[in-house]
Amino acid sequence: MASLSEEVLLVVKRVRQRKQDGTLYMMAERIAWGPEGKDRFPVSHLYADIRCQKISPDGKAKIQLQLVLHTGESSTFHFANESTALKDRDATKELLQQLLPRFKKKANKELEEKNRMLQEDPVLFQLYKDLVVSQVISAEEFWANRLSLSSVENSLSNDSKQEVGISAAFLADIRPQTDGCNGLRYNLTSDIIESIFRTYPTVKQKYAENVPHNLTEKEFWTHFFQSHYFHRDRLNTGQQDIFSECAKQDEKGLKSMVTQGVKNPMVDLLALEDKTLDEGYGTAAAPSTSNVTKTLRENSNCAIIKRFNHHSAMVLAAGLRRAEPCSDQTSETSSTDGNSRDSDLFQPPLKKVKLQEAIEYDDLQSDCRRKPISLNLKKSDRYSHGPVPLQSQPYTSSQDILNSIAVIQQEMKSYKPRLTQVMSSSAASSAITSLSPGGVLMQGGSQQTVNQLVPSDVQSELKHLYTAAGELLRHFWTCFPVNTLFLEEKVVKMQSNLERFQLTKLRPFQEKIQRQYLSANLTAHLEEMLQAAYSKFQAWQSRRMMRKT
Amino acid sequence: MKLNIDGLLVYFPYDYIYPEQYSYMLELKKTLDAKGHGVLEMPSGTGKTISLLSLIVAYQTTFPLEVTKLIYCSRTVPEIEKVVEELRKLIDYYAKETGAKSNFLALALSSRKNLCIHPEVSALRFGKEVDGKCHSLTASYIRAQRHSNPAQPVCMFYEEFDSVGRQVPIPSGIYNLDDLKDFGRRKGWCPYFAARYAILHANIVVYSYHYLLDPKIADLVSKELAKKSVVVFDEAHNIDNVCIDSMSVNITRRTLDRSQANVETLQNTINRIKETDAAKLKEEYRRLVEGLKEANVARETDIYLSNPVLPDEILKEAIPGSIRTAEHFVGFMKRFLEYLKSRLRIHHVVQESAPQFLKDIFEKVCIDRKPLRFCAERLRSLLRTLEIADIADFSAITLISHFATLVSTYSKGFTIIIEPFEDRTPTIANPVLHFSCMDPSIAIKPVFGRFQSVIITSGTLSPLDIYPRILDFRPVTVASFTMTLARTCLCPLIVGRGNDQVAMTSKFETREDFAVIRNYGNLLLEMSAIVPDGIVAFFTSYIYMENIVASWYEQAILENIQRNKLIFIETQDAAETSMALEKYQEACENGRGAILLSVARGKVSEGIDFVHHFGRAVIMFGVPYVYTQSRILKARLEYLRDQFQIRENDFLTFDAMRHAAQCVGRAIRGKTDYGLLIFADKRYARADKRGKLPRWIQEHLTDGSLNLTIDETVQLSKHFLRQMAQPFRREDQLGLSLLTLEQLQSEDMLQKIAKIAQQA
Repeated sequence: MASLSEEVLLVVKRVRQRKQDGTLYMMAERIAWGPEGKDRFPVSHLYADIRCQKISPDGKAKIQLQLVLHTGESSTFHFANESTALKDRDATKELLQQLLPRFKKKANKELEEKNRMLQEDPVLFQLYKDLVVSQVISAEEFWANRLSLSSVENSLSNDSKQEVGISAAFLADIRPQTDGCNGLRYNLTSDIIESIFRTYPTVKQKYAENVPHNLTEKEFWTHFFQSHYFHRDRLNTGQQDIFSECAKQDEKGLKSMVTQGVKNPMVDLLALEDKTLDEGYGTAAAPSTSNVTKTLRENSNCAIIKRFNHHSAMVLAAGLRRAEPCSDQTSETSSTDGNSRDSDLFQPPLKKVKLQEAIEYDDLQSDCRRKPISLNLKKSDRYSHGPVPLQSQPYTSSQDILNSIAVIQQEMKSYKPRLTQVMSSSAASSAITSLSPGGVLMQGGSQQTVNQLVPSDVQSELKHLYTAAGELLRHFWTCFPVNTLFLEEKVVKMQSNLERFQLTKLRPFQEKIQRQYLSANLTAHLEEMLQAAYSKFQAWQSRRMMRKT
Repeated sequence: MKLNIDGLLVYFPYDYIYPEQYSYMLELKKTLDAKGHGVLEMPSGTGKTISLLSLIVAYQTTFPLEVTKLIYCSRTVPEIEKVVEELRKLIDYYAKETGAKSNFLALALSSRKNLCIHPEVSALRFGKEVDGKCHSLTASYIRAQRHSNPAQPVCMFYEEFDSVGRQVPIPSGIYNLDDLKDFGRRKGWCPYFAARYAILHANIVVYSYHYLLDPKIADLVSKELAKKSVVVFDEAHNIDNVCIDSMSVNITRRTLDRSQANVETLQNTINRIKETDAAKLKEEYRRLVEGLKEANVARETDIYLSNPVLPDEILKEAIPGSIRTAEHFVGFMKRFLEYLKSRLRIHHVVQESAPQFLKDIFEKVCIDRKPLRFCAERLRSLLRTLEIADIADFSAITLISHFATLVSTYSKGFTIIIEPFEDRTPTIANPVLHFSCMDPSIAIKPVFGRFQSVIITSGTLSPLDIYPRILDFRPVTVASFTMTLARTCLCPLIVGRGNDQVAMTSKFETREDFAVIRNYGNLLLEMSAIVPDGIVAFFTSYIYMENIVASWYEQAILENIQRNKLIFIETQDAAETSMALEKYQEACENGRGAILLSVARGKVSEGIDFVHHFGRAVIMFGVPYVYTQSRILKARLEYLRDQFQIRENDFLTFDAMRHAAQCVGRAIRGKTDYGLLIFADKRYARADKRGKLPRWIQEHLTDGSLNLTIDETVQLSKHFLRQMAQPFRREDQLGLSLLTLEQLQSEDMLQKIAKIAQQA
């Protein structure tokens, strides 16, 4: 077994593959099989490539395990050791079960994510080409803080990436199979378990309470599937199990949901009817007063219907639950000050909105005016005054501003030109020239001419240079303050990256524009930025030297 | 835009108009000119309400002496509020165009529950509680007591209104329910009574059917409305049932027991008063001798005990001597109760007419017809005299008295059915006496008689000729309008077979058939995979839905559906259903998609719209026939046959088809909307069923979509949905189904428009 510096997690002997006896090895990152007495592995799969595993049903003579790859290929292993075959297989299965999800998520997700980001963002793609393809920095460096950055962004604005909801049919995916001897087998995957937990928090709570100190995981799920809670339609009363409490809590939750009523007045069936007939009037048969008449079957039908409504509501809620903590936080922070609720005042009440929606014919109106989105202000104060610097400055409230405007207005009203004391005409005209575009006071205006002076290809190249430089500098500056070893290394690397960039990218560009007789100060600002970084680096290095000596 | 409708200047608050709206207004104008009644069918979502309002408001402003008031009746509270909002839009437009502030007064009226602003009373949840509590604070004798006993609690809002509000009319403007409440809070007046008072001089009143059709309420609220009013019944496809319901009474053993207790209470109270305040009873006696005229000047707050008989039947004579004294009356009621009890002690079903009943009661317990007629009035007087605080407790005896009055007043149009047990549970005795009205024209007759023009309109009134017959009136215009469409945005399909060729039908004999249920399930499953967002499915009855859901559950069909969409199901509990509905909309809103399983004739099918993505497909499982084994229905069918020459089957089919149309029509709410309308029963393909669907559905029902299998349905649906998903712009509609003013004025367009209205 030459090759392995890898950690071997499990070795199973006497495993047949394609009618050949051999040994199955499970390593940290891959699963491999080698024929008896040989050193090579004809079968070797990275865990990340494996889509799923399948096992032969229990009653079967051959005890097998099949791995299906993402590519669609599959390989089957036959556990041939008579005495321990089943145990071997189950051990393999268990281990795979633990390992697969870990790899599955990581590998594919990252690649996909990178791909997606590059596709979505042309600027980033260009940057990637400029920096990675031309080998200014390595791909890993490039992605290093891109990915984390984007994941931070995602968690902040959860619209860019959506939480995956729960399939409504997740319980249906647990196909019970008869195992041949009057029992049922349920296949649970980690996905299904997560779905159950997310949809029914009460079950999760029970799980946390009981597993592993009271029950093993297996026992817990066995109980779950046997429980009255799972088979809500079947009425077996009196059976006490750990889930009866869950059922009760769910019932309570449902009731509270119902009593809370609905927010949208247009669907409130209770408020629909204006004047119901008094009891005893009308042709519709009065609801029978005794519920004895309800047969058992009807009752169970009712339970099924209730259960579906509840299930759907829970699934729907589970999808939205993730979004909640965020909004909770904001409401918490805003409720600390007094005016948190004034956002409500700006929004017309729901009922009005719904009514307006209901009577609107958008094709009859002349222009489809897009409804303005009303500003949702948590703190209106902040909005009207803007962020105020922390330094103690004379604070001008809006009242002051209004006052001063009023004062100016009044002054203007009473303003009378004193025609005897005016400027000389030459002074006036010079003032006008210096205020016109191109004049002394309007120097900024010349910037616009870059557009016209420089040919467009140079412009775009310059733009790319700017983004690339910006990216590198960003990497550079994020290293400060340099307080870990890693950062130290990185800052040095970045410094060299910058130099390389200046050498391989900036210089040729400068030469090129010189050849075209364009003003050299196009790149002056870039140089400046780089210089600033260098000097920072120098300062840091000299300080480090000093500390070392 | 300003329109010229047959010489009338109509302000229309939009820049574009649908051709059918113009046509609708023309017909409406004709009806008003003729001062007659009209039946107009136009699909919902074509702006029926705004057309009605624009034309009638224009008519009112141009001919203020011809039409003084518009009474707009709608069915549900949200509908009422929608109408008022549309009206507000119109009046705003008037103000903008003419520059003058109009002095229009328009208001909505609803029950106390929706209008009360009293902090304690309005906190109550149920309408009846609110009414009862309000009554206990505002009844005339309670307020009289307050003069002697200032500690007696009264409603300050009512007091304030009573002392000030009547002299100062509500300033002109548009008042929705919330506006009325605001107004009430500002002034400190009770909005409910202010509104009820203001409807007398308002230009436009919007309220629910009951205020006009239920004699118990109409007598109090709508008695003094002017004759020169135009009455509009919107969403009127169910108007006959509203009429019938308001006149029918059911008496169970429980009712009788409670009445018995009521009578005991009355007896005790009378005895007590006799000892302390005999003068009061004497005074009442004197009043009763003088006749009911005085008693009829009802204090508006004494709403509870109104007369179930119609205004023009109001008694002009004195109460007969035999029940004039309080004790005699109580004795009389006791006897009547005993008689009813004995009638409920039966073992077989009895059906008889009102005269038979009266004859029997005379023979058995010597109760005459005349005192029975005065029962309701006499009880009302007695309860007032006895100063009973909480009248809600006396609802049982009130019901009995109403029954007495009704049964002795009408000899025709009613039937009495006494059933000893429910059909489904023949072993459990649960006797019920149904006194049921079979003739809707009884309740609506005074409305037609009293008001100058009555317009009955809805999206589903087909076949048009049946309403004038069952409501017994002569309309001057009967018309049905289609929806002009630039793209066929509705796709009605009749699915008759499963893929296995087994006929799909909810026919009684096969409805429990395994194959039928499975095919229904497969249909829903297939549709759930291809239709975006929301699907609404309607079943013929609640029990049927329960059974189907249960067997779908067992066959794991629901599980498979859940892979595609979330499932929500209507239950018999309104609050629970509301929640399911809201969740359903939420699921459609956030893109998950959902299915709502619901019941035809249920609350959802009657009152909830599924606009745009809330309903991209409606599936009607089966033909929603009414439960035909009910004796009440049988009696009614017999009556219809004898009186109006309407065959049983015609009426049943008509009734089923209007409900089916109502259900599927929920999904199409405008021309930019689109939806699949799937009728899953092979019986829909027959000419007698198909012919009773509204014209706007029939038009799009081609021969190619009559008896489809599930697979064919899926193919057609896919095609349709793909077409509908293309962008739809205004330019596509313009000139075809949407007109500018210039287009409207062109000659050939006017000719086209003339074809839209189909006279029945």
